[in-house]
Amino acid sequence: MADTASSSAGGTPAAVTTAEASREVHSTSLGLSNEKLAMWTLLGSECLFFGALISAYLVYYGRYNGLPEISPALFDIPFTSVSTFVLLMSSLGMVLALAAIQRGDDRDFRIWILATAMMGTVFLSGQIYEFTVFVNEGMRLDTSPFAASFYVLTGFHGIHVTVGVLMLITLWSRSMTGNLTSEHSDVVENIGLYWHFVDIVWIVIFTAIYLIPYEQARL
Amino acid sequence: MTEADDPEHTDHPDSSQYIVIGIILAVFTAIEVAISFSAVPTEVAIPSLIVLTVLKFLLVILWFMHLRFDSGWYRRLFAFGLAVALAIYAATISLMLYAGSNRPA
Amino acid sequence: MTAVPADSASQGLRILKRPKAETGLWSWVTTTDHKKIGVMYFLATMFFFVVAGIEALLLRVQLAVPDNNFLSPDLYNQLYTMHGVTMVFFVGIPLGAAFFNYIMPLQIGARDVAFPRLNAFSFWVFVAAGVFMYSGVLLNGLPNGGWFNYAPLSTTVGPDPSGYTLGGGSAELASQVHMGRMLLYSVGLQIAGIATLAAAVNFIVTILNMRAPGMTLMRMPIFVWMTLIVAFLLLFALPVIGIALWQLLFDVRFGAGFFNPSVGGDPMLWEHMFWLFGHPEVYILILPAFGIISEIIPTFSRKPIFGYTAMVFAGIAIGFLGWGVWAHHMFATGMGPVANTAFGLTTMTIAVPTGVKIFNWIGTMWGGKLRLTTPMLFAIGTVAMFTIGGLSGVTHAVVPTNYQQTDSYYVVAHFHYVLFGGLVFGAIGGFYYWYPKVTGRLMNETLGKINFWTLIVGFNLTFGLMHFLGLWGMPRRIDTYASGFGWDTLNLIITVGAFIIAGSILLLVINMAVSVRRGKLAGDDPWDARTLEWMTSSPPKHYNFREIPQISARDELWHRKHAVTEDGAYIRVPAGGAGLVVDHDHESDIHMPDPSFYPALSAVGMPIMGWALFTSGAAMIVMLAVGSIITVGSLFAWAFEPSAEEGH
Repeated sequence: MADTASSSAGGTPAAVTTAEASREVHSTSLGLSNEKLAMWTLLGSECLFFGALISAYLVYYGRYNGLPEISPALFDIPFTSVSTFVLLMSSLGMVLALAAIQRGDDRDFRIWILATAMMGTVFLSGQIYEFTVFVNEGMRLDTSPFAASFYVLTGFHGIHVTVGVLMLITLWSRSMTGNLTSEHSDVVENIGLYWHFVDIVWIVIFTAIYLIPYEQARL
Repeated sequence: MTEADDPEHTDHPDSSQYIVIGIILAVFTAIEVAISFSAVPTEVAIPSLIVLTVLKFLLVILWFMHLRFDSGWYRRLFAFGLAVALAIYAATISLMLYAGSNRPA
Repeated sequence: MTAVPADSASQGLRILKRPKAETGLWSWVTTTDHKKIGVMYFLATMFFFVVAGIEALLLRVQLAVPDNNFLSPDLYNQLYTMHGVTMVFFVGIPLGAAFFNYIMPLQIGARDVAFPRLNAFSFWVFVAAGVFMYSGVLLNGLPNGGWFNYAPLSTTVGPDPSGYTLGGGSAELASQVHMGRMLLYSVGLQIAGIATLAAAVNFIVTILNMRAPGMTLMRMPIFVWMTLIVAFLLLFALPVIGIALWQLLFDVRFGAGFFNPSVGGDPMLWEHMFWLFGHPEVYILILPAFGIISEIIPTFSRKPIFGYTAMVFAGIAIGFLGWGVWAHHMFATGMGPVANTAFGLTTMTIAVPTGVKIFNWIGTMWGGKLRLTTPMLFAIGTVAMFTIGGLSGVTHAVVPTNYQQTDSYYVVAHFHYVLFGGLVFGAIGGFYYWYPKVTGRLMNETLGKINFWTLIVGFNLTFGLMHFLGLWGMPRRIDTYASGFGWDTLNLIITVGAFIIAGSILLLVINMAVSVRRGKLAGDDPWDARTLEWMTSSPPKHYNFREIPQISARDELWHRKHAVTEDGAYIRVPAGGAGLVVDHDHESDIHMPDPSFYPALSAVGMPIMGWALFTSGAAMIVMLAVGSIITVGSLFAWAFEPSAEEGH
């Protein structure tokens, strides 16, 4: 980024005496990376995206279309707890992978990035299994607004996880072919931010969509 | 360039701190599941679940996503989106469930 | 400060060669230059503007006389829907993007936007959305539920459950036709949303991170501030409508029942989500025009903008308050007196920062040496017409009055004063103002003045009279009306006014087309202006500035053209004075991003995935697969293609 702008010290009006003018332009206005700033901007927007999905679920929670048995009582909390735990630990794998590539440890990076991708895949498999069980028990997209909002919310989250897994596997394969080194740790960091965001969305979903409705359904 | 007071930090937590955070997150999740399966009365259970969720959320964004250590701009961008989301969706849910003739019978 | 991350390690995976063309069609398809993309946005927007304008003329012909049969009711519904959808999503939003793309990087002294290829991606995805939306002409017809597309009319019920018109008597066929049209709406706007969201992220990062040295936030031109606010509004509003559009899609295609009351769904959810997006959208459309006239008015008043800080904070306040007023579109839906009062109050509050802006524009002109050029006339016209629209808007905030006005032509009059009188007048002012920068030649002033005066007459004739029609009880969205309600004469005059508008727009197009070759040569700074874009050549070189300017003041160029005397007065420095561009050649040192095939290619897959939903079974899966392979494959190839080649 620096090579072109640093050659342009000319064009300075005489009036400028502040220190900022004499400082060489070595980077961006905020001194931050464009890519990371873009990722955080996008994540701010994603809050609105998942917020809309969660709101629809909360509004339609209890609208069972005359089928009260198709309700949060169907949820298999022990099973979902395990997959939640796996996704949470994948975030730990992600930060360990980032720490590894930042200190230039390619071997550890590959182990942790692959572990993270595997944990993401386990979570996705769990979600596919869960959907299959629910459908067999009669809960389909067109059963009730409750069912529709559940599937669309968790489904969109699943698509986010899938995109994340694809990116993680790409990182791993780039590292295996020697194309990803500690110079590119910023790429890993940005994909990591996305991955953690998907995880915090699930933290919210687990409580708001599974635990609390289940707690109430038990009454 | 006056905004450049807070440039990119590199002193992120090291791996051992990450593992500690990971363990805390796991314990919190275990407590959540335990609450859900124990005889804790609902009036206590639901607020505790919400508090635990908020804590987990904060742990991940502040440590794993480095918001605690990075430039304030990232924090502001994310907090802005989160605040708008919380405000407008809380209002929408209340309007849909409780306002005027929309109140469910 | 360039947008070239030197990514030397990403050399694998080259599927397509780096495009080489510097002129001709392919140079435009593959360009990553923000100025070329801005010009393409402008041309595409003008195309859609003409299409939506012709739609409006057809509507006006139908309504010119009572009991008219010029358009069938079904065709009328499609045309009024597409007029709204096109004007909002394919004219209003991308028109902002056209100005942001071309002008904003120049005004902050950047060589390009932060992500040049993402910028090209935004443009091509927007084009793909337009193609998809209008492909209904070859399929089952265009969307017909209004631009707001309220459920359950849009979802389960449809306008024609018995198949009377749409299915020729067959309810099943009618529901097929209906589903196809709603798929166009939901998927088409979804694709357009992806384009706009990418652009919003791009503009935010560019403004925050790519400013020239010394360009602090409070030295940025007002236009750049408005760009930033609009980008944030888009960033947060688009996901809301995005989810509502997905829910609509699942309802019409997969029977989900989100908005179907008969299974416990709630049409109000759509309405809330739509206006949660739709009201910030109003500011998304108008703030770019506010930014444009905030550049024009000081230039032609020969004064700095009055109350810069107040202007900036009024803009930010509009951006914030814009989130708290959406339910004023829904007063008549039975939210109850408490909610209605609350939203009535917030709506009146938002008039305050808007009033601050109007006050400041007038304050800028007050005591200035006015030059009434065409851009200035359009800017003044914007202030005047928008004020009328703003005032009728305040009348909507009064809930009991609103009940009377809802769904009448009064509302049509109001939002056309805001959007045509505000956005379109402001944008045309911007065309006249920046045309010499883009083409190097001035537009014809005489034609420009005729353009302005005919437009202001036609505009007021058309939309001014609609206030009366509305208050006399004429409902909007009706395809015809019976004689004897006292609406006949006004409707005829309104139709005449609409054709005067069309003639005036034709004049604008002719002026633009002719001036490209015949206009007077403009030079770098034809208006004696204040901001950075006038420091570089007209048209600017692809790298914008030979040397990135050092910024020491707001209105940087004005300060470079003037010096302070001992008694504190500003005097003019002879041309070529302090700090104007020094002409020594080191162009070869300037690295710019290279063109790329992938942004345009990745857009191609999206409509294919959309059309897949019109089929079912294996065909649908194959089309979805083909579309996603094209899109995802291009995105992957893009990720591995360095943004610029080494060694040139």
